[in-house]
Amino acid sequence: MSAEANIPPKIKVADLQKRFGPKVVLDGLDLDVGVGESVVVIGGSGTGKSVLLKCILGLLEPEEGTIEIDGQPVIGLPTADREEINRKFGMLFQGAALFDSLKVWENVAFGLIQGGRSDRTEARDIAYSKLADVGLGTDVGGLWPAELSGGMKKRVALARAIATTPEIIFFDEPTTGLDPIMADVINDLIVKCTRELGATALSITHDMASARKIADRIAMLYKGKIIWQGPTSQIDSSGNEFVDQFIHGRAEGPIRMEVRAP
Amino acid sequence: MNIFQPIGKAFLGFLAATGRLSLFAIVSVSHCVRPPIYPRLIGRQMIEIGYYSLPVVGLTTLFSGMVLALQSYTGFARFSAESAVPNVVVLSMTRELGPVLAGLMVAGRIGAAMAAEIGTMRVTEQVDALTTLSTNPHKYLVAPRLIAGLTMLPLLVLVGDIIGVFGGYLISVYKLGFNPAIYIKNTWQYLEFLDVFSGVVKAACFGFIVALMGCYNGYHSRGGAQGVGAATTNAVVSASIMILISNYLITEMFFAK
Repeated sequence: MSAEANIPPKIKVADLQKRFGPKVVLDGLDLDVGVGESVVVIGGSGTGKSVLLKCILGLLEPEEGTIEIDGQPVIGLPTADREEINRKFGMLFQGAALFDSLKVWENVAFGLIQGGRSDRTEARDIAYSKLADVGLGTDVGGLWPAELSGGMKKRVALARAIATTPEIIFFDEPTTGLDPIMADVINDLIVKCTRELGATALSITHDMASARKIADRIAMLYKGKIIWQGPTSQIDSSGNEFVDQFIHGRAEGPIRMEVRAP
Repeated sequence: MNIFQPIGKAFLGFLAATGRLSLFAIVSVSHCVRPPIYPRLIGRQMIEIGYYSLPVVGLTTLFSGMVLALQSYTGFARFSAESAVPNVVVLSMTRELGPVLAGLMVAGRIGAAMAAEIGTMRVTEQVDALTTLSTNPHKYLVAPRLIAGLTMLPLLVLVGDIIGVFGGYLISVYKLGFNPAIYIKNTWQYLEFLDVFSGVVKAACFGFIVALMGCYNGYHSRGGAQGVGAATTNAVVSASIMILISNYLITEMFFAK
């Protein structure tokens, strides 16, 4: 057996089940993400992509299944242990989720200061350095989040996600709401930042241009299960009719949108 | 349909809500006494609750003291007991009106603001962002507000008591013709430590309730702007009702024979 085969996946999700009342959102989902790998989960709206991320982050408690980070089961951990695991994570939220009451640089430095990794002065210097990494000047650091455009908020959120040098970064719909050019800029930044950090990345999106750019491997989520996964280069020849319909954005096909008649 | 079914459902819902609130309170209080503590956040909340609420509490207690003097004078004049006006004003202000009015005013001003702020953070995923940054939302958002509410409302009430008594003094001396020295002497003569202390205990309890209900409703808000609006309304209404109920219970505890 090779040495590589003995390395546990960075993230291992097995038989994950999550329901809200009678609605089953995740129905026995299995997914592994290797060390340093960038995996993108695609799927239509409401298929449970965000729920999957929130389960891994510990924001939601699944009914059944296991989630392991570096081989350590994380479901049901005590708060202190969970916070320790979360130190490995960086997260870029769909709406950026910047703290309104803090200036931009304080947002970026938040994890460093609260986590006790740096004092305020040092954290401020790191924050400005991370802002520079995502292409934002020093003048932006002193602004309030409400003064930023959508693209700038996403960049600041990315700077915040990478500020603590995380081992794993999650991206929740990183390009939603952005124009195509800004979306491409964000995609480039995601690729650059994750490569520089050597971080493992798990992204969810329904933007195929984004998925093709940032993924080493793509997995498709449908009805609570991963129905196909493979290298990004094989997405166009997957041989899976669900994947084909999704990546070409066709209304006709096996995926039926649940739309009620008026 | 069984007529007891909706009653039972409502009762079970009430019990579940009480349980959720109790658990929230226990977890939050435990974070108030465990490090790390955030002095900067506590200080900011203290200024917000104590300093910025002072004008509204001062105005409320001033006019309440004035009305109290006027009303008790017209009432006591029927029994030639006008001299009891200073006692009635000071006892009413310190025991009841000061804490209750300050509590209700702060519930409207601060409880609503807390629910709206934390509720907006919840629906815009800022609360989730705190968790992903290894920061416990209870410790970062709720504990500083509970500590500030618990400590600042007693101070507000003490200031409000003084302003309220001064309002009564103004009306009694300048409108009703009381002798200033005798009014002050009568005010002090019958005032006991317990009168002020019971008001301060009430204020601490009300401050805790206002902060708890503001944070609880904000923390559990759902569904965007409408959810935040509902959380704000619930925070003020539930805090006001709990203030009035706990006011009776604390009064019973201190003064029931």
